[in-house]
Amino acid sequence: MATVSDDVRARRAISPFSRSFWLSLLRLLASLAVTFVGLLFITFLIGRVMPIDPVLAVVGDKASDEIYQAARLAMGLDQPLAVQFAYYLGDVVRGDLGTSLLTANPVAEDIARVFPATLELATLATIFGVLFGVPAGVIAAVNQGRWPDQVVRVFGLFGYSMPVFWLGLIGLMVFYGVLGWVAGPGRLDIFFEDVVPQVTGVILFDSLIAGEFEVFRNALGHIILPASVLGYYSLAYISRMTRSFMLDQLSQEYVTTARVKGMSELRVVWLHALGNVMVPLITVIALSYANLLEGSVLTETVFAWPGIGFYITNALLSADMSAVLGGTIVVGMVFIGLNLLSDLLYRIVDPRAR
Amino acid sequence: MTTIDTPTRKSGWRAWLTSDSPASRTHARCVQLYLGWLDLSRNPLAMIGLAIVVALVLVSAMAPILATHDPFAQVLSDRLLSPGEGGHLLGTDELGRDIFSRVIHGASITLYIVALVAATAPIAGLIVGTVAGYLGGWADIALMRLTDIFLAFPRLVLALAFVAALGPGIENAVLAIAITSWPPYARIARAETLTIRNSDFIAATRLQGASQSRIIWGHIMPLCLSSVIIRVTLDMAGIILTAAGLGFLGLGAQPPTPEWGAMISAGRKFILDQWWVATVPGLAIFTVSLGFNLLGDGLRDVLDPRSSQ
Repeated sequence: MATVSDDVRARRAISPFSRSFWLSLLRLLASLAVTFVGLLFITFLIGRVMPIDPVLAVVGDKASDEIYQAARLAMGLDQPLAVQFAYYLGDVVRGDLGTSLLTANPVAEDIARVFPATLELATLATIFGVLFGVPAGVIAAVNQGRWPDQVVRVFGLFGYSMPVFWLGLIGLMVFYGVLGWVAGPGRLDIFFEDVVPQVTGVILFDSLIAGEFEVFRNALGHIILPASVLGYYSLAYISRMTRSFMLDQLSQEYVTTARVKGMSELRVVWLHALGNVMVPLITVIALSYANLLEGSVLTETVFAWPGIGFYITNALLSADMSAVLGGTIVVGMVFIGLNLLSDLLYRIVDPRAR
Repeated sequence: MTTIDTPTRKSGWRAWLTSDSPASRTHARCVQLYLGWLDLSRNPLAMIGLAIVVALVLVSAMAPILATHDPFAQVLSDRLLSPGEGGHLLGTDELGRDIFSRVIHGASITLYIVALVAATAPIAGLIVGTVAGYLGGWADIALMRLTDIFLAFPRLVLALAFVAALGPGIENAVLAIAITSWPPYARIARAETLTIRNSDFIAATRLQGASQSRIIWGHIMPLCLSSVIIRVTLDMAGIILTAAGLGFLGLGAQPPTPEWGAMISAGRKFILDQWWVATVPGLAIFTVSLGFNLLGDGLRDVLDPRSSQ
C-alpha cells in the first residue's frame, strides 16, 4: 500500500504539471516581462539620445515655427519622458514599431517579410553546427589530449578568431569566383524570383510545396555557402561544449560500470555518455541558435541575403532609426525567447532542474 | 671567480622564485607569478598566442619604422597592384595606397580599441558585480536585473543601435562595445563575491570597523580579479571582431583611417579579381584574435584548472 502511494507521489513530483513547476514558470515569466520592458527602455533611450531631431526629420528644416511646434505636440514630445515611454510601450505591445523612412512601410510589416529568410539561414546553419559539432566534440573528449583533440580544439579556435564577414568573402571568392560550385550572393537567381507562391516565406519549403525543383536547386545553391559559414561558428561553440560535457560524463562511475560489464566502447560513448549529455546540450544548441542572429547581421550583409540583419544594416546606413530600433527589438525578443525555450526544455527534460 | 659566481646567483634567483616559504608578501607574489609563468610556458599554443600579442604591441609601437610607405599617400597610377608589384609587399588598394603599410598602422588602432574597452568594461562590471554581491537584497536584485537586460541583447546588434544613435567613429564604437560587454564581468564578479562575502576574514575586517566601500574595494575586488582577467583575455578576440564588424559596416573608424574592418569593406568590391585587398587585413584580424584566444585559453588552464580539464 505504502509503496503504491509513494510511487504515485513520486510520479506526481516528476510530472511537468506539478505545482512547483507552474510556480517557477510564473516566476520565470515575471522576470521575462521585466527584461522585456527593460529592453524597450533601452531602445527608447537610444531613440531619444540620438542627435537627429525627430521633429525636423518629419517636417523638414524649412518648416515655420508654428508647424514645428504643432508637429512636436502631435508627436507627444512635449510630454515628460515617463509618459512618452508609456506611449512607446503601448505602441510596441500593440505591434506598432513605427514607419520605416526607407521603405515607407510599417516596420513590423517589413520585418515580418524579411524574417523568414534569416530563420531559414540560421536554422540550416544550426543543423550544420549540430551535425558536425557534436561528433567532433565527442571524438575530442574520447581522445582527450591526443591529436584528434588538438585538431578539434584548434579548428574551433579558428572559428572563434575569424571575422565572419571575411570568411564569407573568402568563401565567395573561392567557391563562387574560382571554383563556381555555388551560386553567388542573394537568395535566388533573378529569373527564379517570384516563381513560387509564398506560403511559409522559407524558399526551400515553398519551392518544394509548389513542386518547382529547379527553384529548390537554385535556392539550395544560394544558401549553402552562407549557411556553412555561419554554421562553422556554431560548430566551434557546440564542439567545445560537447567536449567538456562528455569529459564530465566519461569520468562518472556508470561509465566504468558499463565498461566492466563488457559493453563495447562504441555503446558506452555514443549511447550512454552522449545520451546524458543531450540535456545540457539542448541549452547550448538553443544559445548557439541565438548567437547566430548576431552573426547573421554581418553574414547577410556580405551575401546580400534579404533577412533581418541586412534590413537593419541597410536602415543604419540611411539613418532610418525606427527600422533600426524595430529590428533591434525583434532580435532582442527572439533572443529572449530562445533563452526561455532552452530554460524550459531543460526543466522538462531534466527532472532535477524542476 | 666570476665563472663560479654566475651560476650560483642564477640558481639563487631560481631558488628565491620557487621558494615555498616566502619571506614577504611581494616575495609570495613573485613566486606565484613565476610558477604560473612556468605552467604557461609549458603550453606551446599559449606561447604562440603570447608571441602574437607581443608582436601586435611591438608592431603598433614601431609602425612608422616598419611601414615602407605612407599609409595615407594615394598614388592613383599604382591602383590595385598585386602583391610584390612595384615594391609594394602586399600590393595596393583602390586608391594606390600600400596595403602592407596600412595593415601595420592598423595594428595600433586595433590595440587602441582593445585597450580602451579592456580598461573600462571590466572595471564597470567588477564594480556592479561586487556591489551587488556584497550588499545583497534590493541592490542585488536591481543591479542583476539591469545586467540581465543587457545580456538579453545580442551584443553586436545593441552596439549597432548605439552607434547608429551616437554617430559613427572610433570613440563611439569603443563606447558601444564597452556598454555591451560589461555584463558578463558583473556576473562573474558577483558569483565570486558571493563565495567570499561570508568568509571569516571579511567578518574580521568588518569587526575592525572597515567601511563597506573599503571592504568591497580593498578586500573583495582583488580576489575577483583573476577570474575577471581570464575572461577579459578570452573576450579580447570578441572585442576585436566586434570592432572590425562595426568598421566593416562603416560604423567604426572612418576613412581614410587604416582600420582593418573598414579595409575589408573597401576591398569587398574587388574580391573576385583583386583578392589581396580584402584578404590581407582579414588575415591580420584573424591572426591577432587567434593570438588572444590562444593566450586566454592558456591563461585559463593555468589560473583556473577546474574549467579546462
